[in-house]
Amino acid sequence: MAAVVADELAEEAPGPAGRPGRRRHSPPVWRWAILLIVGTYFVIPLYAALRYTGFKSFPSVLTQEGFAPAFELSVKLAAVTTVLTIVLMLPTSIYVHLRLPAVRRLLEGITILPIVIPPVVLIVGVLEVSPGFLKSTPYLLALEYVVLAMPFAYRSFDAGLRALDLHTLVEAAQSLGASWRQMLWRVLLPNLRTALLSAIVLTVALVLGEFTMASLALYQTFPVWIVAFDQTSGPISVAASLLALFVTWLFLMAITMIAGRSRRSGGTEVSLFSVSRRTTGGPS
Amino acid sequence: MTTSISQPAGEDRAQAGATVRMQNLSRSFGAVRALAGLTLQLAPGELVALLGPSGCGKTTALRILAGFETADSGTVEVDGKDIAGVPAAKRDMGMVFQSYSLFPNMSALDNVGFGLRMRRLGSAARQRRAAELLDMVGLAAQAKQYPHQLSGGQQQRVALARALAIEPRVLLLDEPLSALDAKVRLQLREQIRGLQQRLGTTTLFVTHDQEEALSMADRVGVMRSGTLEQIATPDELYAHPASAFVAEFVGIMNRIPGDMLDLLGTPSALVGAGDGSQTGSAGGLDALVRPEGLRLTPSPHGNGIVTTRTFLGQLTRLSVRLSGDVVVQVDERTTEAAGISPGDSVQVSLADLPVLLCQPEGRPPEPPDRRSASRLPPLASQPGNVDN
Repeated sequence: MAAVVADELAEEAPGPAGRPGRRRHSPPVWRWAILLIVGTYFVIPLYAALRYTGFKSFPSVLTQEGFAPAFELSVKLAAVTTVLTIVLMLPTSIYVHLRLPAVRRLLEGITILPIVIPPVVLIVGVLEVSPGFLKSTPYLLALEYVVLAMPFAYRSFDAGLRALDLHTLVEAAQSLGASWRQMLWRVLLPNLRTALLSAIVLTVALVLGEFTMASLALYQTFPVWIVAFDQTSGPISVAASLLALFVTWLFLMAITMIAGRSRRSGGTEVSLFSVSRRTTGGPS
Repeated sequence: MTTSISQPAGEDRAQAGATVRMQNLSRSFGAVRALAGLTLQLAPGELVALLGPSGCGKTTALRILAGFETADSGTVEVDGKDIAGVPAAKRDMGMVFQSYSLFPNMSALDNVGFGLRMRRLGSAARQRRAAELLDMVGLAAQAKQYPHQLSGGQQQRVALARALAIEPRVLLLDEPLSALDAKVRLQLREQIRGLQQRLGTTTLFVTHDQEEALSMADRVGVMRSGTLEQIATPDELYAHPASAFVAEFVGIMNRIPGDMLDLLGTPSALVGAGDGSQTGSAGGLDALVRPEGLRLTPSPHGNGIVTTRTFLGQLTRLSVRLSGDVVVQVDERTTEAAGISPGDSVQVSLADLPVLLCQPEGRPPEPPDRRSASRLPPLASQPGNVDN
């Protein structure tokens, strides 16, 4: 779903010259009403969880048995998954945009598959065919998570690349003597900074929250620990969930702030899932 | 912003620029043949404009020279050295693109210094050189601004400074003015030409705007279907077009059936378009006459009816329908055309200039954004065509 939202937002991003978007024409009262309804929908469960667990449970989460190794494993998996995802998806996205634009639709279709195929099917299939040395390491999960993260990472990179006049920037850098490495480092990555951060946050959030695969592969990641610990202490388990949610939310806020800074320094205009081209050319 | 730049001696220019030679270049994209044996040579310090309608291959030629495309056949030499195997990044060619190509994450100063950074020039020297170039294009005050804080014209000036900062052997301009409004375009046109002359950089300029090409270039190459129809100085191109296509593409040209020439009087000379050979009769051919090659006088029993008039400042352009539904355009001094209105009967006659003749068949496709005078639709199909 996030991928679809990403695409739509990218398409509807405000055009040049600061033209007001269609939503500006909506009466403000409706916007507030929608915001209230959606806010209530999300806030009530959080409030209920907070009431149930109480503030006193939060400090004790960190000292519970099994928390540290489970959290450490999840963080390691998140790091490995993120690196693999970026290394695989970023060059692929750039290459497809530059050299194989006709393949873009196909790639969009392929990258949506992990959302369509249930995780349980993926993990059972992988456990069936993966070699023994991979079965004995939790990093098998990282390979699986790369596939799961693919739709989100690709959408982020795709939106970021579409916001740039990629061909012209690449050719301009080449004509000035930049090698591919220099171009990637000095021109493309800085202009894809927020798209990159979006992909990272989405991947990390996905790994920190993934339960099915880890559980079936019999590894106690953070979500698996939360479920297991729920049978020992419900309030602490819920507090751990809220803590994870809060950390993810902090990540999102950081992205928004970085995006704002990027905009002020001439970068692309970015929301979490979409990157729109900055208005070029002010008053003549 | 204006920059006053004096033109250096020809010797200096020749020392600074490189010789470029493109020989028999061909390039196809699928079934489309973009270049069909293009041969073009640029002298050191020369600015050559490639002019032509969309799809004529001019941009492909420039991109092959830049190293962004490869030719199917033919050679590209710079200073006598074949550069076919040299990647774009190693060609030392500065390029200004049609779309704004500044790096959004860098200030104007950093953009200009980018090429120098790639050449590992020290930070202080790089900044100094970039500042000089920005000053040269009149944007010293905007050095710290980012591209989105600059107007389109300013961005293209920064792009020009960036391209020149690396002291390129060849400067490539790919329709750099087409996205700008008319006034900025005119200013930038003069600035580019001034800088190019001052630095003596050999320059290939691609445009579909004939006014730009004629006003800026030392020589203009008119392209059609992947080949050069003619390359000559602007004066030569205008006065002595090598083909009917060039004649009609450059400037305004009236095409009049040769059999109707008698209606307009006796031409001083009849010259074949292309070979320049003189002939005694225009029968069976078409005559090509520029608006200034026709004279117009009010006459109650004249040979034409004025259909429209367009004020051009010192001149007024009058469209006149001759018998046989042939419409010609005639330029008159505005003071002399003051009393002439649409619907008036006038006598159109030939001025004392040679008349070009060409074959009536196989007329080339009409250039975009411009109509040949003889192709105006009949009066009945122009409901709003009354007056300016």
